[in-house]
Amino acid sequence: MVKVMLWGSLASLAEGRAELEVEAGNIKQLLERLAQDHPGLKPALAKGISVSIDGMIYNDAWFEEISDENEVCLLPRIEGG
Amino acid sequence: MGNHTHGFKSVGPRPLRPDGVEKVTGRAKFGADLSAPGMLVGRFLRSPHAHARIRSIDTSKAAALPGVKAVVTGDSFDISKVSPGNQATLANVMARDKALYEGHAVAAVAATSVHIARKALKLIVVDYEVLPHVTDVDEAMAPDAPLLHEDMFTANVTPKPTKPSNIANRYEFGHGDIAAGFAQADVIIERNFKTAATHQGYIEPHACLANMTQDGQGELWCCTQGHFMVRNVCADLMGMDISKLRVTASEIGGGFGGKTTVFIDPVALMLSKLAGRPVKIVMSREEVFKASGPTSSTSMRVKIGATKDGQLTACEAELNYQGGAYADSPVQFGAMSAFACYALEHVKTVGYDVAANRPKNVAYRAPGAPMAAFAVESVMAEMADALGLDQLEFRLKNAATEGTRSSYGPTYNSVGLIETIKAAQTHAHYAAPLGANQGRGVASGFWFNFGGQTAVSLNVQEDGTVNLSVGTPDIGGSRASMGLMAAEELGIDYNNIRCIIADTSSLGYNDVTDGSRTTFSSGLAIINAARDAKAKMCARAARLWDIPVDAVEWKDGCAQPAGGNAGEFEPLSFAEIAADAGNTGGPIAGHHEVNASGAGVSFGTHMVDVEVDPETGYVKILRYTVVQDAGKAVHPAYVEGQYQGGAVQGIGWALNEEYIYGEDGRLQNAGFLDYRIPVASDLPMIDTVIVEVPNPGHPYGVRGVGETSIVPPMAAIANAVSQAAGVRLTELPMSPPRVLKAMDAANNG
Repeated sequence: MVKVMLWGSLASLAEGRAELEVEAGNIKQLLERLAQDHPGLKPALAKGISVSIDGMIYNDAWFEEISDENEVCLLPRIEGG
Repeated sequence: MGNHTHGFKSVGPRPLRPDGVEKVTGRAKFGADLSAPGMLVGRFLRSPHAHARIRSIDTSKAAALPGVKAVVTGDSFDISKVSPGNQATLANVMARDKALYEGHAVAAVAATSVHIARKALKLIVVDYEVLPHVTDVDEAMAPDAPLLHEDMFTANVTPKPTKPSNIANRYEFGHGDIAAGFAQADVIIERNFKTAATHQGYIEPHACLANMTQDGQGELWCCTQGHFMVRNVCADLMGMDISKLRVTASEIGGGFGGKTTVFIDPVALMLSKLAGRPVKIVMSREEVFKASGPTSSTSMRVKIGATKDGQLTACEAELNYQGGAYADSPVQFGAMSAFACYALEHVKTVGYDVAANRPKNVAYRAPGAPMAAFAVESVMAEMADALGLDQLEFRLKNAATEGTRSSYGPTYNSVGLIETIKAAQTHAHYAAPLGANQGRGVASGFWFNFGGQTAVSLNVQEDGTVNLSVGTPDIGGSRASMGLMAAEELGIDYNNIRCIIADTSSLGYNDVTDGSRTTFSSGLAIINAARDAKAKMCARAARLWDIPVDAVEWKDGCAQPAGGNAGEFEPLSFAEIAADAGNTGGPIAGHHEVNASGAGVSFGTHMVDVEVDPETGYVKILRYTVVQDAGKAVHPAYVEGQYQGGAVQGIGWALNEEYIYGEDGRLQNAGFLDYRIPVASDLPMIDTVIVEVPNPGHPYGVRGVGETSIVPPMAAIANAVSQAAGVRLTELPMSPPRVLKAMDAANNG
């Protein structure tokens, strides 16, 4: 099980839980399971998010592997100027 | 062939910029520099009202005017077929039911001359129902504020609001127990701040040349930070296949985030489609100010608690960002980055994204971070003074480092904040004496950086030279950096490499040049494309020598036998293999396509000395030093340029620049005479120190450098001005009247 940290306002859409445990081997599975288990997250996930794995930020990298050894955080989709 | 972060041969020097001669001789082709046979001129009609319902638009007289070849309104685009993500973009490009800000486009014409186009615009009759408007962020948040969107309900709050408002989103970040943290504090400081909206201030206005053919294919030449983005958005808005629209990026006269969306391009394409001729549109400076993206104005509250010995115990911020007509503010990045510099056990930030009758917000360099840093670093300075601590020591004591859980969630790996603070401490600037009415301010800042989708090609020519094709427009010198990294990897002379920005039909999709991603991600792709080419060249040598491929290695720009068992062969140089390519298998090229990840965050620390004229409130910048972590500076002169540019834009934001609205909701200073950006005579030489803490996510350790440099300046200057003036300045810009008023209030208080 991978522990996933949600930012504050995203946690409010997941029954107030700032940390979730998900059975997932990569980012694609993680996002699918989150949407399935916590439907309140769907709009935010559909809007686009970034995933931080051990401090590295990933956008749209479905097949990036994750395990219970990694620190996984969901973040608003990182953009720039 | 893995990573290396030292012993570079090509990366690190300062060769002449490859675009320099064309630019200084005026031959570089910017957005407005291309023309086409039969070309028409496109012009916009824009709303004079800050907020108005559009009852009807009558374009019949304009369309009948001789010389007018096409007229476009919002109804010319079929919004029902546009993807949800682009519908606000289309509504901003051409108003539909409502005009949401002064300058919102309501119609456009294409004519055979500028004169006829202007005349045609005067013949368009728009029946407006003028509505109440709101431009201030605090007023827009009030329950009785004029409502821009009847269907805007604040997202991310539970339960869902029952009434619409101008507050589009609520964001919250942080960890720990904020109340418990403040309970541990010996000193708590809480302040409110406001900042004005500012424009990116790029010198080149938006410009494009569109040409749609009768068989539904299109070409577009435009100045943009991302021509693949332009292609995809325009194709969506036009109902075209992506592959039928080819977009070429011109040279770009500045972007700073402001050219990461479309304003005029879809309209030029639609006008061209209707007219059957090429159409060129160039925005005026007034249009750029009124109808292209500024960044947010803000209203913020920051509260910081610390122990007597300078340990932060809790940090809290509430950030309200005005996001323009469609609530596109970068407040989430402000809330994420506000306290990113510090190791905190208890931290909480809340951000509100607010709609107002102003132009649609567009990204501006480190979007959202500079305003938050202004507020946070101002309170940090006040706290250091309250505790009797040295400003940099106080920051060093609380600085985030490897292993720190950031205020926005992830734990940092290798980061360079402490190194920038220490470099600032030992810089001569920090110990230099100050005179009367002078003050010194410091501030630190942060930006995330990211990678993104990237595709490149590297073509080896028969004379041993190389062409690189990248899909990220060169805003800050990336062509030189690409050439240096390719030279490093191939082991050939940088002068034998030429890099171009290829059009959208020549490469796979490339994300926009933004977020300080280009030298990182396109560079990473170029390095891998060069490794691909080297592998192919080793294979050619293996065939020539009739030995296994794995018995050949690339070393010092040559294919060489790998060890004594591979055989005795003279090394084959890059040029020799290139010359025989036609005989050994055909052209040699390297490619790489990637969704790049591994971008390292970047920190900087700025120092500034100012003098405040007690008679007028005028602030003069006396000395300015930027210290920032670049990971690895590929071309140090360009890195220094990014540092200096960010500092100068921050100086403008701090002292002069602001969108000024009248009671009628109209912008009063839509020109460079009245919206004053700093010019060379306003500035000292901006000193720079490049710190290099390698990013483990890049083969050479590169970090993006373009954004972080604009994060600390406003806070650093506010701290310096506050010291010199003897009163805390909490509102930007710190224009002479505002500084004088604060000094008078302090003296009379």
